[in-house]
Amino acid sequence: MSDIATPGTTADEHGHDSGDLELPNGRPAPAPLPHEPRRADVDPKAARRAERQVSTMFIVASLLFLAFLAAYIGIDKNVVIALPVIGTMSASNLALGLTLGLALFLIGAGAIHWAKKLMPDIEVVQERHVLESSPTDREEAISVFEAGATESGFGSRKIIRRSLITSLVLLPLPLVIILRDMWVTPTDSPSPNELLSETIWTKGERIVTDGSYRPIRPEDIPVGGLVNVVPASLEKVEEAEGTLNERAKAASILVRMTPAEIRSQQGGSAEEPWDVQGILAFSKICTHVGCPISLYQQRTHQLLCPCHQSTFDLADSAKVVFGPAARRMPQLPITVDSEGYLVARSDFQEHVGPSFWEQGAS
Amino acid sequence: MNSMAARRRHPATLVVMLLLGLLATGAIYAAVDSGTSAQAADQKWSETQVETGKKLFAEGCSSCHGLGGQGSSIAPTLIGAGSAAVDFQVSTGRMPLAAPGSQAPVKGVIYSQAEIDAMAAWVASLAPGPKVPSDAMLDTSKADLAMGGELFRTNCAQCHSFAGKGGALSDGTAAPTLMNATPRQIYTAMVTGPASMPVFSNATLTIEDKQSIIKWIGSLQANDNPGGLSLSRLGPVTEGLFVWVIGLGALIIVAIWIGVKAK
Repeated sequence: MSDIATPGTTADEHGHDSGDLELPNGRPAPAPLPHEPRRADVDPKAARRAERQVSTMFIVASLLFLAFLAAYIGIDKNVVIALPVIGTMSASNLALGLTLGLALFLIGAGAIHWAKKLMPDIEVVQERHVLESSPTDREEAISVFEAGATESGFGSRKIIRRSLITSLVLLPLPLVIILRDMWVTPTDSPSPNELLSETIWTKGERIVTDGSYRPIRPEDIPVGGLVNVVPASLEKVEEAEGTLNERAKAASILVRMTPAEIRSQQGGSAEEPWDVQGILAFSKICTHVGCPISLYQQRTHQLLCPCHQSTFDLADSAKVVFGPAARRMPQLPITVDSEGYLVARSDFQEHVGPSFWEQGAS
Repeated sequence: MNSMAARRRHPATLVVMLLLGLLATGAIYAAVDSGTSAQAADQKWSETQVETGKKLFAEGCSSCHGLGGQGSSIAPTLIGAGSAAVDFQVSTGRMPLAAPGSQAPVKGVIYSQAEIDAMAAWVASLAPGPKVPSDAMLDTSKADLAMGGELFRTNCAQCHSFAGKGGALSDGTAAPTLMNATPRQIYTAMVTGPASMPVFSNATLTIEDKQSIIKWIGSLQANDNPGGLSLSRLGPVTEGLFVWVIGLGALIIVAIWIGVKAK
């Protein structure tokens, strides 16, 4: 360690200097800790031991890289092994991860061990340079700027200056205009309000099971039953449009309870009830932020949204009983057609999905 | 002819004719009925099973459900619950219940399958209800696995999670994990709708649909964890907790080691 005696001395000098310095709060700066040599600095045996430790880490890392190659070639990827705590896992993944991960870790750990034990152990103070440029640099920069201003004629050519300023003033206009439909809708295109207030449910639209697209008779649903449903025409609409937009609005659920359990509904009269013998249809899209919900708890008739725990009481007009939703789940009026299948009486009478500015109170 | 005419006027004729008519009606009804119930596929319960079931029920269940299975203020009626409900509730260890609560917890099963069958037979004898499936109905060898996945995500995943690990509901209830559910239990749960679960009838989710779903759940159960720790397959919550505690913790330890002065 004798060959680095000079920087070591510098550190000591700095150490003595800082003892006289004052901190911004007026107190004297703390004296630096006395420099204690490491074992490897004074004991050649300890230095050799540290050297051996570092090189062992690097050698083991090399062996692990070779083991990685061997594991990659040798272990069948379908072999599954059981480990305590972790459980079953792929033997190939385990071997590849362990060898490569440990090898990379050992290279890093070896480098740090090397730096901590064997590299020069000195405290060095590096003075911070002055932030301000030199006076010559500053003068040169000012003269270059002034020359540019004069030569471009920005000051003398008024017409250019004013036209440039005008164009820059108009720059934000296109940005404002393209966001215009946030409050004004062009006359020939549907407003967000119209887009979101209509679904493909229409009068007489058959209600079919989601996924298997089978029409449903009232007797198919037992009390306590739940069916995830879509309009019968959805399959063709999705094929034609190539998007899931209509599904996102029209997805609904059917639930059945005994008619006596229904405390209130969102509409319907004695002649034209919105339910069919206790079968109620509701939108599946949460009125909070639009998660699809079908967590129907048949004992309490509550519909729970898994996203933010909004809870709706389907036996009582689907009103919100808990959670952040501000609006009840829209009910779909239903009846049966001449063949005895469940059909919609009309579209939803309220906006489906999350609330938004233009919808007004509902 | 005279003798026939004479017998027609015999006082017993009316009784005999009435009996014959009743027998014929019963026979025709039995023939038609056995045809339909064979279609719905329930196994035939024997009289001994019903009798044994009645005794077992009186011992183990009647204190809450009543001697006639009529229910009470703390337990629902079992009239019309069907053999499927008994099979599900008892074979999963939910019944008999130790104490009433928001939801019956899964415990050790205390009845043998023969005893469960006997109690199912007795409850089924009270009134028609959802029936336990035959082995043929649970045969998923021809079921459509991909369709099962789609139906599972549409109908089941909301509560039981995409990995079938279950999830929380409201008021202290929770959807249980499906990892230990047998095909028979999955089927009986769908047709009876235990606790908070809605009923998925065989008309809206057909037997074929149910077979597909059972096959899908079977594939979820058989899934290995190629990456090791599955962290309950609960998704971002446990994964985030693991990374923040174990991953970040390890990094902090390494950072401290780098910073500590060597001796």
